[in-house]
Amino acid sequence: MCNCIRLGTEEQVSEFNALLDEYKGQKDNIMIVLQKTQGIFGYIPEMSVKMIAEALKIAESEIYGIITFYSQFTLTPKAKYNLDICLGTACFVLGAQDILDKILAKLGVKVGEMTKDGKWIVTSCRCLGCCGLAPAITINGEVYGKLKVEDVDKIIDGFAD
Amino acid sequence: MNLESLESLKKKYLAEVEFRRKGDTSGVDYKYNIMVCGGTGCRSCKSKKVQEKLEEVIKAHNLEKEIMVNGVGCFGLCVNGPIVLVYPQDAMYEKVSVDDCEEIITNLQEGKLVERLLHHENGKAVEKKDEIDFCKKQKYIARNNAEYMSLENILGDYIALDGYAALHKVVTTMSQEDVIKTIKDSGLRGRGGAGFPTGNKWEFTRVVEAPQKYVICNADEGDPGAFMDRSIIESNPHAIIEAMAICGYAIGASKGFVYLRAEYPLAGERLQSAIDEANKMGLLGENIFGTNFSFDLQIKYGAGAFVCGEETALMRSIEGKRGEPTLKPPYPAEKGLYGCPSVINNVETLANIAQIINNGAAWFNSIGTNDSKGTKVFALTGKIKNSGLIELPMGTTIREIIYDIGGGIPNGKKFKAVQMGGPSGGCIPEEYLDTPIDYKSLNDLGSMMGSGGMIVVDEDTCMVNLAKFFLQFTRDESCGKCTPCRIGNKRILEILDKITDGKATMEDLDKLEDLCHYVKNNSLCGLGQTSPNPVLSTLKYFRHEYIEHIKDHKCRAGVCKALTSYRITDKCIGCSACSRQCPVGAITGEVRKKFDINDEKCIKCGKCFETCRFGAIVKG
Repeated sequence: MCNCIRLGTEEQVSEFNALLDEYKGQKDNIMIVLQKTQGIFGYIPEMSVKMIAEALKIAESEIYGIITFYSQFTLTPKAKYNLDICLGTACFVLGAQDILDKILAKLGVKVGEMTKDGKWIVTSCRCLGCCGLAPAITINGEVYGKLKVEDVDKIIDGFAD
Repeated sequence: MNLESLESLKKKYLAEVEFRRKGDTSGVDYKYNIMVCGGTGCRSCKSKKVQEKLEEVIKAHNLEKEIMVNGVGCFGLCVNGPIVLVYPQDAMYEKVSVDDCEEIITNLQEGKLVERLLHHENGKAVEKKDEIDFCKKQKYIARNNAEYMSLENILGDYIALDGYAALHKVVTTMSQEDVIKTIKDSGLRGRGGAGFPTGNKWEFTRVVEAPQKYVICNADEGDPGAFMDRSIIESNPHAIIEAMAICGYAIGASKGFVYLRAEYPLAGERLQSAIDEANKMGLLGENIFGTNFSFDLQIKYGAGAFVCGEETALMRSIEGKRGEPTLKPPYPAEKGLYGCPSVINNVETLANIAQIINNGAAWFNSIGTNDSKGTKVFALTGKIKNSGLIELPMGTTIREIIYDIGGGIPNGKKFKAVQMGGPSGGCIPEEYLDTPIDYKSLNDLGSMMGSGGMIVVDEDTCMVNLAKFFLQFTRDESCGKCTPCRIGNKRILEILDKITDGKATMEDLDKLEDLCHYVKNNSLCGLGQTSPNPVLSTLKYFRHEYIEHIKDHKCRAGVCKALTSYRITDKCIGCSACSRQCPVGAITGEVRKKFDINDEKCIKCGKCFETCRFGAIVKG
């Protein structure tokens, strides 16, 4: 168990261990365990996959199969601010691509890449269900709707601390 | 829980609901009830803060006894959120901010409304919400009563509005066959896409002998642009719980799962607390209403895979596997979740069930058209003035939806098409605007009902680019299991790329069409079988745009950058604003004389076009 020190803070690790205890041997619940693991660490650390495999009695390869199948799961750490841009149809029709281009140009990254200072990761998703507010983005889960390209600077600069 | 306690709960909360519904003041001791929308749309416009501020102002004025404040489910007009409803005036405020709260309360003290916050039509304020054009033609079944139920007492208000009466009726007085006959007679068809008759689905599952069966609610609303399922779960979760229990009784299942998208945290929260409450009250769990019928319900979360909306893939995902579809048959009715017979119904389908039981099959059957009964909820978005959720009787024409309810296209632009059924559907051009919406008419046009997403596009949208957008979506979301979908969609997209880059030939267009049919006919599941539809329908109605791209190297909407060029006309007064904005220095000229764009340098970013205040720059 000494390995788990590297997983995250003490608090995170004990939360994670409790999670493994709760779902011990319950192969069917792998999705919820992965979701909760990601909830604890912000991503799914490689070490945690080993431990989940042991606890739930499921092959590691199968777990990686699941992680890589679903777009919600990530094996890379999160940034301080996670910007998710909706590329659903309503947002697309109302200019989401231009907004994405502007965001990427401003931060100097590609989709899924972390900025050098570790502050931002930009991801895209398929419809936040806020189509009435299109085009929309979320930053750490908070929605910013009815965006114009001109708004991008202000919003991102608002997070300069 | 028994009938008596259900009745007494109903009695207890009826007064509050009747006050909202009919303005009946007899049973309540307050004078006004303000309800703040707590749907995802309005919450993201800070509606929670508005609610808190209203409560604060009321407290400061010592009006707690006179004015009640509650949260309420999604009202549908998300674009004008946060929405605030005021009872008994039955008024609707739009775009309310915390700064408006003081005025709302001080006016209400004198029984007055704040006119500037009301919805305006033709420059006039509309006092009652039901008189707004957006609401006038709507008929609520799936979204019934959502505007009268408070989020704080969601079960109580649901029961006051006859909630769980249907479940009681079913388990205490009806046989399984009776229930299924009622649903069959109602003519209800699945609202999630294919439109399969719900009663038949239940019947097929009922007749299979098995020790364990399952009821599954498909709440994996993956169609980008549709959000009715989210809204229904957030506003009225008990309607889904009740319907699933009824289905469980009818088919002989004791366990149900709601498969919910992980992108809908608020819906998950509300549904979970509703399930907990229903368990506590004995509306779920062992021996419901003192009968032998037991039903247990659990939420399972998706993790962002569009293909999981396909029923066989969805079941694999519930089982904790990669969400890859399997061949049908066997259908879920025979071999579904964990190999057991299962019914899978969409959220909106289920939202109709309790009311069909309460009001009878004949009532439901009398609404709609021959082929399609009842109502359908549409998510009207895109280039439209009133964007939001609308529920209408089947058979309403597309024109009525876009112009009478949606208010038409903003900024004086011209309507081009409406995309129905999301990435599996197709577009409908102007000449078919008078088509009544039902399953058959839409299929005949090469489109489909789908989940009810309606994306309106105007003259500024390039139809080739729109088709490309959907193919990018299906390419990304293809699970990769079968070759036609995995590789075919990628190749379709490559040809579309060629066309929008101006590098395609007319031969490519034939290849494109052939490939579309191939993918459609040979893919394993519904995703691949429908993914070429956006291309085929745009080819059918907007072939000239494809040809323009190929032959004339022209994109009439000015969207495809490789085919767009910018030109300065004689309207130019030589202000130099555009040349200062141009990031690559492609615009040169002398001040007060006409400027010019160097086409070779130009990167087609469109900055000059946006900057010019004299309309001197044209694209095309």
